[in-house]
Amino acid sequence: MHDKTVAELAQGLRDRQFTSVELTRSFLDRIAALDNRYNSFIGVDEAAALSDAQAADQRLAAGDATALTGIPVAHKDIFCTAGMRTSCGSRMLDNFVPPYDATLIRRFRRAGAVLLGKTNMDEFAMGSSNETSYYGAVRNPWNTDLVPGGSSGGSAAAVAALLAPAATGTDTGGSIRQPAAFCGITGLKPTYGRVSRLGMVAFASSLDQAGPMAHSARDCAVLLNTMAGHDSGDATSSEMPVPDYTVTLDQPLRGLRIGLPQEYFGEGLDVATGARIDAALRELEAQGAMVSEVSLPHSHLTIPAYYVIAPAEASTNLARFDGVRYGYRCPDPVDLHDLYTRTREQGFGDEVKRRILVGTYALSAGYYEAYYKKAQQVRRLIKQDFMRCFEQVDVIAGPTTPGPAFALGAKSDDPIAMYLEDVYTLAVNLAGLPGMSVPAGLVDGSPVGLQLIGRHFDEARLLNVAHRFQQATDWHRRRPADVEGAQ
Amino acid sequence: MAVEQDEIERIAELARIRIAAGEMGQVTRRIAQILHLVEQLQAVDTSTVEPMANPLDATGRLRPDAVTEDDCRTAFQAIAPAVENGLYLVPKVID
Amino acid sequence: MQWETVIGLEVHLQLATQSKIFSGSATTFGAAPNTQASAVDLAMPGMLPVLNEKAVRYAVMFGLGIGAEIGMRSVFDRKNYFYPDLPKGYQISQFHDPIVGRGEFEIPLEDGTTRTIGITRAHLEEDAGKSLHEDFHGQTGIDLNRAGTPLLEIVTEPEIRSAAEAVAYLKSLHSLVTYLGISDGNMAQGSMRCDINLSLRPAGTTELGTRTEIKNVNSFRFVEKAIRHEIARQTDILEDGGRIVQETRLYDAERDETRSMRSKEVANDYRYFPEPDLLPVVIDAAYVAGIRAELPELPNARRERFVRQFGLSAYDAMVLSDNRELADYFEAVVDACSDAKMAANWVQVELLGQLNRSETALTDSPVAAADLGGLLQRILDGSISGKIAKQVFEAMWQGEGSADAIIEARSLKQVSDSGALEAMVDEVIAANPAQVEQYLAADGARRKKLLGFFVGQVMKSSRGQANPPLVNQLLAAKLGERNTDR
Repeated sequence: MHDKTVAELAQGLRDRQFTSVELTRSFLDRIAALDNRYNSFIGVDEAAALSDAQAADQRLAAGDATALTGIPVAHKDIFCTAGMRTSCGSRMLDNFVPPYDATLIRRFRRAGAVLLGKTNMDEFAMGSSNETSYYGAVRNPWNTDLVPGGSSGGSAAAVAALLAPAATGTDTGGSIRQPAAFCGITGLKPTYGRVSRLGMVAFASSLDQAGPMAHSARDCAVLLNTMAGHDSGDATSSEMPVPDYTVTLDQPLRGLRIGLPQEYFGEGLDVATGARIDAALRELEAQGAMVSEVSLPHSHLTIPAYYVIAPAEASTNLARFDGVRYGYRCPDPVDLHDLYTRTREQGFGDEVKRRILVGTYALSAGYYEAYYKKAQQVRRLIKQDFMRCFEQVDVIAGPTTPGPAFALGAKSDDPIAMYLEDVYTLAVNLAGLPGMSVPAGLVDGSPVGLQLIGRHFDEARLLNVAHRFQQATDWHRRRPADVEGAQ
Repeated sequence: MAVEQDEIERIAELARIRIAAGEMGQVTRRIAQILHLVEQLQAVDTSTVEPMANPLDATGRLRPDAVTEDDCRTAFQAIAPAVENGLYLVPKVID
Repeated sequence: MQWETVIGLEVHLQLATQSKIFSGSATTFGAAPNTQASAVDLAMPGMLPVLNEKAVRYAVMFGLGIGAEIGMRSVFDRKNYFYPDLPKGYQISQFHDPIVGRGEFEIPLEDGTTRTIGITRAHLEEDAGKSLHEDFHGQTGIDLNRAGTPLLEIVTEPEIRSAAEAVAYLKSLHSLVTYLGISDGNMAQGSMRCDINLSLRPAGTTELGTRTEIKNVNSFRFVEKAIRHEIARQTDILEDGGRIVQETRLYDAERDETRSMRSKEVANDYRYFPEPDLLPVVIDAAYVAGIRAELPELPNARRERFVRQFGLSAYDAMVLSDNRELADYFEAVVDACSDAKMAANWVQVELLGQLNRSETALTDSPVAAADLGGLLQRILDGSISGKIAKQVFEAMWQGEGSADAIIEARSLKQVSDSGALEAMVDEVIAANPAQVEQYLAADGARRKKLLGFFVGQVMKSSRGQANPPLVNQLLAAKLGERNTDR
């Protein structure tokens, strides 16, 4: 039953084919047996998961079930879970057990979902390969020599390896979409403000957004129905009404206008990956969509703007980790300065420290105008590019990444090369748009993703396009050979 | 743009991150690379562009003035590195 | 050389909200350490600020109170620095776009004139926690109850010229904010804390000298002393040809001196940038108009009205309008007795005297305004004399009831019945033949004095209840009769 979609599992629970306890047990057993290969989970509380499952079975029996009641869901270890360690992949929070749930966790609990476990991630969500985690790298289930992508690499790998039917992630510059593409699953980054950030450890406040990661667009729609909505505890959370994302999934694509940004198909895009994207677009055309070329002329400034804004916000968001109220404290501080500087030296990994330093630099006196303010101006230009495109097209499509997953260690010593991996995903965060990655084929046995970008709050349209695409293709049903062998 | 090591030392002090002497050169080089990458921003004229802090250009909501929080000191201090008599302890602060 | 003092004040005013500016924690003073520190106040991972509407409303009320420009779009910024009482590692404040812009504040001075102080701006921000330096094995204890308490920081132009002006400004500000009800103004509890920027320059010049900042002074008296001390210190340095070092100083009330704070701002670089967790606060004209419509009459307007309507002196009007409760009390006394001057006198002398002696707050006064008014009515209608009234007031203060009840119970009603008085006068004349002789023998001035003696005797025998003008009249007539008898 571990190879079923959320929708199929929910049907099975309703039909009494199996109980939530049985379902949960089977995933827990798979995690225990197989995750040493992938390192996708860093926190599993079997007793708590089974107790969730028991409660879910009671709800199912009482006829009080939602679409997620009894479904095990894995959560990125960035979401605070009451009574369960929330590490954010960092030594800094290795001992941190929050006394509260993130709003997102609360919503899943309310729906009756089972909290299957907490997934590995790049430290504080800073990374594109899941190699910066304090708990070690995550491996790609399609090929364990490859990275799963990051920073939500644990969630992507867990779903791809059939260790969880669905998971949550967060995306600040591509952290849902890129690992979804690398692991052959479907992932959605909603519009900024669509999902509450309360209780989600902050990386870059104006870019961070949580979203679903699952096998199919339908499953993402089911999860998003639970995740999305206003939260009075998050001042940036949107009050826009939340539609039922599942009801528009089947709408025909006839007349849909799809724009292909010329800047996303040029130099730098792996040829074979480009071919998979072309094939995917032909499928959408076959269903009646109209494809045309558009331009995002400020695309070349996306990486520079992002690598000012994200580190700047991160540098101050991470100032609270000071060894005073929770988390890591260095041993035997001789004075306050020593407490701060050694706690932060030892508690943070290299990439996190690097970004804090870059962000501190960008905000510091004399550089604010040239870096931070400039980047915020360029950010507006990037958003305006998208707004102009959306006057002509309904959806923008292109590759999620320049190529398939790369080898572990290939870029871990070269931050710049690593940053370039996110070239197609960052702009979506800067503009606050919803973006999605949909499995679009294999390149040398590794999955690649088709990226779909929509207007603000037009998640339903992205899910609709992805779902129609998945009705006609089976890329999202392909499983890694390694995983199939383990069944 | 060239960034000098003493500048990185100043920044590290602002960020309260100790950098071991032996690592300073390497850290400085890496940061210089990143700053070089973001340097491309300077090429574009943004003199007429309003900075954008929030992607939706949204405005704030306010909450009513009501006490909604209970005393959770016990739970919060259970996970604190050092507390005594309800206070968080830090090495002596000298003003 | 003659030096001119240039002072600018920054007041941190604690706003009287129930909950904190960015969280739902209580703001009650004096709670056990960290029992009013929520996950937001403690900067727990993932916690987010949400702005308290009341804080915005109070800031706008203040802005309207000084006729300032209201920031229709104000923006919160992060001010970044590390300190253990600052859990997030940044303070949320307003740097570029404050909620209150330029305004002017007219302050009454003791001599009856007024002075106008320019207000540069006022912005909302959160307070920090408290570091407790008692010894915890050589460590410092941190209490974050105060972290996140809403503050309005009110900044003046460098237009204040003396300690007295600074204190007058602070008193007026205190009066304004308590009238508005936006702060409890409790200085002992830190509700109004003052940073003093002070420099000297040769009299007649316009360029500003190097200034020092004296942090966190929390009483009018200490502000006055700190300024006097700092002026003397800077004058000595300048007179000796020295230079003022720009620095932050601390006023030590015990030693009555300011001293340099071991500078925590070595190379401080606050890295202000717009707080991404809070969106710009946009208010509209209707919101402002709604607040304007609900503003109470403010101290300056009330003071001017007291002069105009009641004919009070500028000084009396200042004293009586300074505090909203006192002004309300005074007006209620006037309502009850309809003699403003008598009410002003009684409120200032008898009431404030009793309150001061017994260290009682006006709100706890045992004598209500209507009751005091009732007492004054009895003076005005001739039922009792002013002297008896003081006795009655004393009894009212002790809780013996209303003026009428006390007058009745103690039979203090003034005797104005001429029959009864005539009998008393006759008795006194009969009992003091020697004085009568002297009186009759005396000339004008001396007679007047002796008449006083007889009046005193009659008052005494009436236990003060005799109507004095009537007694005078009767005595003069009776003794005059005798004169003609001879």
